[in-house]
Amino acid sequence: MNMQSSRSIVPAILLLLAAPAAADSNLPPARYANMQIADPVKEAEARRLMETLRCLVCQGQSIADSDAEMAGDMRALVRQRIVAGETPGEVRQWLIQRYGDYVTYDPPLSPVTAPLWLAPLILLALGGLIATRSFKRKRR
Amino acid sequence: MNRPLLWVPVLAFFALIAVLASGLLSPADRTVRSAMIGQPLPEFALTAIVPSKPGLASADFGKGQSRLLNVFASWCAPCIAEAPILMQLKAAGVPIDGVAIRDTGPALQAFLARNGDPFDRIGSDPDSSVQFALGSSGVPESFVIDGQGRIVHQHIGDIKADDVAVIIAAVKGAQ
Repeated sequence: MNMQSSRSIVPAILLLLAAPAAADSNLPPARYANMQIADPVKEAEARRLMETLRCLVCQGQSIADSDAEMAGDMRALVRQRIVAGETPGEVRQWLIQRYGDYVTYDPPLSPVTAPLWLAPLILLALGGLIATRSFKRKRR
Repeated sequence: MNRPLLWVPVLAFFALIAVLASGLLSPADRTVRSAMIGQPLPEFALTAIVPSKPGLASADFGKGQSRLLNVFASWCAPCIAEAPILMQLKAAGVPIDGVAIRDTGPALQAFLARNGDPFDRIGSDPDSSVQFALGSSGVPESFVIDGQGRIVHQHIGDIKADDVAVIIAAVKGAQ
């Protein structure tokens, strides 16, 4: 091995050993962050809800998918509340009350989101109209 | 088919391009604001985390005096940058309480010894539950709680020197 290649290998090895700068706390994840609820029905309910909730620090992911510490705490919050007897709808409402509709991937129908829900219907009707008109013309 | 109508799809195409381009060129605002502004402070009772200081409960607010509630942590780098500004706010007469997110006593004590201690009380929030109840999505964040115990102002991120006047005005204006 010549001098040149060893010089480039050493930093590469050092990079492998480097630890990422920690932006996380020293506390372990909350109890219910990565542990399922004993009751499989409730766990399934919690799971379905977690898949529709946005992770607040990693905004493209749901809290079910994210490894972020805050997502773990949010999973724990969802499971604790479901275990305590709340319905998924109530937990969702509690979070929307605090963070707005942004926290859910399933935005409710409101004046702001109305175009999202109505645009496909309007476009479909428009397409149907154009199609029927052009078919009529061909038959003539 | 009449001629002007032929231009409609072309115009629609350029309108779409304009919408997409403006979306690409202007960076979106990704901060998640709390929807709790104007609402009463949610009920909580947090235990103490450092021996020299009492814990923090929602009952400590709303006693006719507005206070600053600082959500922070010893493991949070921007909180170190914010510490001198909090000391400055305290010197200006702003009462400050802390909620320590996912923290340990020794780590927090070292943090206070190193960066200064502007807090009257500090509550330990080991599972971020009070943070969620406040509608806060990170550390540091600060909330101004008025004399009736309502949340009147949220500051996201570390309070910088430029923000001091705004925070003092919010605290003074919310007795």
